[in-house]
Amino acid sequence: MNINKDFGEYGGQFVPETLMNTLKMLEKEYIEYCSTDEFKNDYMYYMRKYVGRPSVLYYAERLTKMCGGAKIYLKREDLNHTGAHKINNAIGQALLARHMGKTKVIAETGAGQHGVATATVAALFDMECEVYMGVEDIERQKLNVFRMELLGAKVIPVSSGTGTLKDATNEAIRTWAARAEDTFYIIGSVVGPHPYPTMVRDFQRIIGDETKKQIMEIEGRLPDKIFACVGGGSNSMGIFYPFIEDKEVELIGVEAAGYGIETGEHAAAFAEGRTGILHGMKTYILQDDDGLIKTAYSISAGLDYPGVGPEHSYLKDIGRVKYTSITDDESIEAFKTLCLYEGIMPAIESSHALAEALKEAPEMSKDEIIVVNLSGRGDKDVHTVAKYLGKEF
Amino acid sequence: MNRIDERFKTLKEQNKKAFIAYICGGDPSLDDTEKIVYALEDAGCDVIELGIPFSDPLADGPVIQEASVRSITNGFKLDKFFEVVKDIRKNSQLPLVTMVYYSTIFGYGREKFIENCISSGLDGLIVPDLPYEEYDEISYLIENTGLYLIPLISVTSHNRIPMLVEKARGFIYCVSSLGVTGERKSFDNRIYEYITSVKEKTEVPVCIGFGISKKEDVDKFGRYADGVIVGSAIVRKIFEGKGDLEKVKSFIKEIK
Repeated sequence: MNINKDFGEYGGQFVPETLMNTLKMLEKEYIEYCSTDEFKNDYMYYMRKYVGRPSVLYYAERLTKMCGGAKIYLKREDLNHTGAHKINNAIGQALLARHMGKTKVIAETGAGQHGVATATVAALFDMECEVYMGVEDIERQKLNVFRMELLGAKVIPVSSGTGTLKDATNEAIRTWAARAEDTFYIIGSVVGPHPYPTMVRDFQRIIGDETKKQIMEIEGRLPDKIFACVGGGSNSMGIFYPFIEDKEVELIGVEAAGYGIETGEHAAAFAEGRTGILHGMKTYILQDDDGLIKTAYSISAGLDYPGVGPEHSYLKDIGRVKYTSITDDESIEAFKTLCLYEGIMPAIESSHALAEALKEAPEMSKDEIIVVNLSGRGDKDVHTVAKYLGKEF
Repeated sequence: MNRIDERFKTLKEQNKKAFIAYICGGDPSLDDTEKIVYALEDAGCDVIELGIPFSDPLADGPVIQEASVRSITNGFKLDKFFEVVKDIRKNSQLPLVTMVYYSTIFGYGREKFIENCISSGLDGLIVPDLPYEEYDEISYLIENTGLYLIPLISVTSHNRIPMLVEKARGFIYCVSSLGVTGERKSFDNRIYEYITSVKEKTEVPVCIGFGISKKEDVDKFGRYADGVIVGSAIVRKIFEGKGDLEKVKSFIKEIK
């Protein structure tokens, strides 16, 4: 069996020769091991008993009434262990790492959610763990740094470049190139060289598989629209993928418009980017005329990434997924609305998806159904929101 | 005849090894780059690798990362870089190759980039993030031109070596160790075995780079290979010299 390294013209393996045999070995092990019953049983065991899956599909009744349009369902990934969808992928990759006999794992992190998820699985499977994190992000996310340390991981500060997620990713790839013999690189999103975008999607598709089953049980039919936020794009690929062939379901990916697309201060690769190369993949990227990567900006550290997963680029070009963007201001409004109407505090990332849903729901009829992927919980963002609202502690 | 082939032919006749110097283009400015090239030629370098700075240099260690930041901050632009190469060509026939990330080639426009390489007088390309499996991205543009795509081979290449050397032209760039560019105290002990296995499979000159910064390394690797590539150590000397190119020249003469 073989899997395609490209999604249309996107994807590929744009990495140094040093990593090519490592990637080939990873692909081989992934294809062989992850299709076995042994792997599937182990993965599902941890999904149920450790992560707490299936995550519920919750009917947001007050929110629906407020909008006065389509019925709004929330896929509650925020209720997972560690508070976001990231753990689904971290468990999958850690099981693969264990099978391959690797004793050390490394990861990159922006906001710290993937770092926490990786530190968590490293503790669970008794592996050494190093997490690469930009110095800017370390400053912004001190609490998550401490959480990782409590879980036994070492956080390595990255000061090169802009000191954010993209630079942490560079440093993780550099380290991996030097230490691949005993070290497994757990990438946190559907990005990077092949086979990562495919692998991470497959470890996240459980979100969409469950959603499909749940909505069929509750409503007896598929939803009309599904909304998910897109940074690198793993929660959105996870929920979209099982619905790709269901053409009647409209899929909407929401990028971060930061201060507004027109200001240039945003993280929306589809709004202003063009095809380029970053972190081993060909995809839509924010870049200048010489191919230098631009710095992304969003209030949400998890969406603050200048690229996007290559499969998303493909889905955009073929028109299967509609991509749009939401500003900082709009996302915070949605954050506050969900707190007040449903008693649920969403991650700012997920608030972007919610904000777009709240725009479109009132335009839809009452018998239509929408699902919003609530990819993470907002506890980690309380400080950011307070700062935004001008509150000091 | 490509200038690289010519140079290696001469070196072989004289029973000498190639000394290849890497510098980061535009560090500290593109005007300096031209002067530095002449100084390196003066000091006896056989080939010069002109690095094109990139915002996210995956294969580079801290010294070249910092040089790239300086260059970009000082306004490096590709159009101007090619102009500088043209100017150098008016005064020098030294073999010049460029070390450039594929992101840059693609972002600038593949056709335009390759055309400019050829018209400005570059002899070869080293693209650290374009492995064999992705050669198709540019090979159609450089076939039947005098521009060479220099392949990189790593300690981890093993079974891939025959495939990598098959179409090699100019020289082969053997990466001395795992990881990124930058000065090293010690090297992977499998290196000699691996260089020997590459040399067995090709007639094309084999050069070693990454981490070489001392005379003893240059001498040692020179015994196994057809040349050595020194990068970070020279970039550091240029930075520390603050414009005094005599210091750079004496460093080259000292380790060469």
